[in-house]
Amino acid sequence: MLIAVLAGFVLAMFAPVLTRWLGHRVGWVMALYPAAVMIWLAGQVPQVMQGGGLYFEQAWAPSLGLSLSFWLDGLSLMFGLLISGIGTLILLYASGYMKGDPRVGRFYAIMLCFMSSMLGVVMADGLMSLFVFWELTSITSYLLIGFDHEDEKARKSALQGLLVTFSGGLALMSGLIMLNLVTGSWSLREIIGGEVSLRDNALYLPILLCLLGGAFTKSAQFPFHFWLPNAMAAPTPVSAFLHSATMVKAGIYLMARISPEFSGTSAWTLILCVFGAVTMLTGAFLALRFSGIKKVLAYSTIMALGTLTMLLGIGSEAALIAFVAFLFAHSLYKGALFMVAGSLDHETGTKDIDAMGGLFRKMPVTALSALVAALSLGGIIPLFGFVAKELLFEAVLATSQLTTFLLAMTLVSSILVVAAAGIVALRPFFGALKETPKTPHEAPVTMLAGPFILAGLSLILGFLPPLVGQPILAPAARAVMGGELTMSLYLWHGINTALIMSMVSLLLGLVICWQWRRVRGLIARLNPLLDRGPESGYWRLMDGLVRFSEWQTRVLQNGHMRNYLLMTLTVFVGLTGYALLVRHSLSLNLALDMRIHEIVVAAVTAASAVAACLMRSRLAAVAASGVMGFGIALLFLLFSAPDLAITQLLIETLTVILLILVLFRMPRFADLSTAGERIRDAIVALLTGALMSLLVLTMYDVNLFPSISEYMVDNSVDLAHGHNIVNVILVDFRALDTLGEIFVLALAATGVFAMLKLQTREKKAR
Amino acid sequence: MEPLIAIVIGAIYASAIYMMLRRSIVKLVIGLILISNAANLLIFTTAGLTRGSPPLIPMDGSALPEVVADPLPQALVLTAIVIAFGVLSFSVVLIRRATEIMQVDDMDQMKENAK
Repeated sequence: MLIAVLAGFVLAMFAPVLTRWLGHRVGWVMALYPAAVMIWLAGQVPQVMQGGGLYFEQAWAPSLGLSLSFWLDGLSLMFGLLISGIGTLILLYASGYMKGDPRVGRFYAIMLCFMSSMLGVVMADGLMSLFVFWELTSITSYLLIGFDHEDEKARKSALQGLLVTFSGGLALMSGLIMLNLVTGSWSLREIIGGEVSLRDNALYLPILLCLLGGAFTKSAQFPFHFWLPNAMAAPTPVSAFLHSATMVKAGIYLMARISPEFSGTSAWTLILCVFGAVTMLTGAFLALRFSGIKKVLAYSTIMALGTLTMLLGIGSEAALIAFVAFLFAHSLYKGALFMVAGSLDHETGTKDIDAMGGLFRKMPVTALSALVAALSLGGIIPLFGFVAKELLFEAVLATSQLTTFLLAMTLVSSILVVAAAGIVALRPFFGALKETPKTPHEAPVTMLAGPFILAGLSLILGFLPPLVGQPILAPAARAVMGGELTMSLYLWHGINTALIMSMVSLLLGLVICWQWRRVRGLIARLNPLLDRGPESGYWRLMDGLVRFSEWQTRVLQNGHMRNYLLMTLTVFVGLTGYALLVRHSLSLNLALDMRIHEIVVAAVTAASAVAACLMRSRLAAVAASGVMGFGIALLFLLFSAPDLAITQLLIETLTVILLILVLFRMPRFADLSTAGERIRDAIVALLTGALMSLLVLTMYDVNLFPSISEYMVDNSVDLAHGHNIVNVILVDFRALDTLGEIFVLALAATGVFAMLKLQTREKKAR
Repeated sequence: MEPLIAIVIGAIYASAIYMMLRRSIVKLVIGLILISNAANLLIFTTAGLTRGSPPLIPMDGSALPEVVADPLPQALVLTAIVIAFGVLSFSVVLIRRATEIMQVDDMDQMKENAK
């Protein structure tokens, strides 16, 4: 199981190398991976039908209770089969589509990574594994949307998709963590079958909202739907695979996965039904607005995703059966249609439906596949899409809440989708032949196989729905339901309300399709309104972000050192001071055993430091700092540090000499700041000084570790044969530190020397 | 004695920071000297202050007195004093060079001129 998921990542590493050897035919080799996975999954069908499943666990971070675990049940199996099956066809298709493109190797590498991540999402059992694979699909999707990275629009669309799905990913992560807090388990299987009832928990709603946040952004639900059509900037095989058949269904998968534990509450029903229905209508309506074939298909995908969400929201037995059937049907026909769109683009050189016409004679196989798939999309007898649609209508008719609203939304959407199906399948292939940028001819075999097989499956399954019903769909529906259900799929349901609704939508849809241009004209009048949709909100947010970062860079990174210093110190004083006063009981242990000569030395030291910054002449300031230095030397001497005192005296003398030599070639002191600035600086300086004093005082109270110098005191003579312990530490115990110090000094000396040399040379040049 | 030294440290820190916040680059040098001295004194006092008992082991082999000053902070400060001098001499020469080229002492004007 681990191999099935991770092999794709391994294979992806070799994709560029293999491409160098095999050229575009590498697709055939790459397709072996999903094909093998599909065969393996198909082998698990009997076991899963019995209600069994597979479980795999590998310890990951045992101390945190995390493990890399996978779980295969009916739902995972259905998704896995769709991913690997359609994946095989897409990779073959891509070998034709990407022929001659120098970036084939990179393309397959990312595609395989995506495929593995997606399999990981649907089979993950650990919450964190789920999250990791989930984000991996976002990242690979980003890379694939922005595949034409030299195109600015592609880059922007990729970033948009990434930001929207990542923000949802963050919500998902918090939801998963809360889920763990409530249930105490990291395993989905345990949580779903577990004892703890989430529905009564106080955190139920927050968890649900967070998880749905992840699912809605991933599955392009209103109001996050806008990134999906923009994602069509990706190469068509990518759109066909990620943005119709698989990745966008990750959100649907998540909702279906948590459904047994979460569904049935009014919050669940209301949120999913309303958002699902609105998404469904938005998608179906906007599909008619554009003439780009991929855009039409993208919006119809949004419609399908909305429908699936709505069905999960209804949550009845009939709705869940409709859910799995619709999901399966949609993956088949949408994959086929996208591949057809890619073939059209590839062979004619345009994506605009208006520019195409009469291609049936030129591309008969493609046209046939398109027709069959579109019939399934429109939900027309005898295709599998019809079966799914009948189930959808029946499920909606049987609802107890919101029935009228949902029914109206479903009916209108299905009318519009019939129109969209007609537009995609009829307009390019019939009517008069039009001039296209490339002379059209039939696509190569690799590009025909995919749509042909998928469309063919739609047709066969339409006549024989039980072929997938019992082995695949029923276990999946059971997993979503979390219990037993009876499922019998058949094509002809007899003449009932659902059939009549189908007929009505078919007729009206065809009328719209026929009058498409006029309808589009009407929709165009709504443009000002439509342009103010959620997408413009996204762009405003992005602009705002850029402006905000410009503003804060201007304020914070303004290049004035004292501003940085001021800010750092203010934060230091604020946070440290707060922690000191609040967290630490301030007990000032004032041991007042002072002697008069010590007080005098200390007072002189402090006073000369203050004097150094009050003096108006350079000489006086340097002299004051010198006095302070000697004062410190005296303090060292008084408190048992003769070595320090000697060093301090030497260095202080050197410093004063250096300053007097150099400073007097520099400008005189000038008062540059205003009085206000000086007061502000003085306040900051005083506060910092006071805090430092407090910190030193507190330090005597806190003794976290025993001193390590005992060892050095004890071993100084024995090990290092030295009687001055400070010296022994410097040249023996910590000799490397001293070596580092010597390097620093040498470096400083070199720098000084180089700069002085530079000066003399310039003077000579003058 | 420690509370008094703590106040001395605070006073040196305050003066140092005030000088480092000036626009005049020469005052920055004074600020640098002050702040490195403050830091040295701070490290020195961390282990507490001990009177008249330096960490020296008598040559005649007799035992150390009961309380002896902690040698480790002293070793650290000794290194720090020397390094502070290295940094100071480098920055003094650097600043001198900068004022010579820019012909100003004001850091704000230096930034303006550099544009």
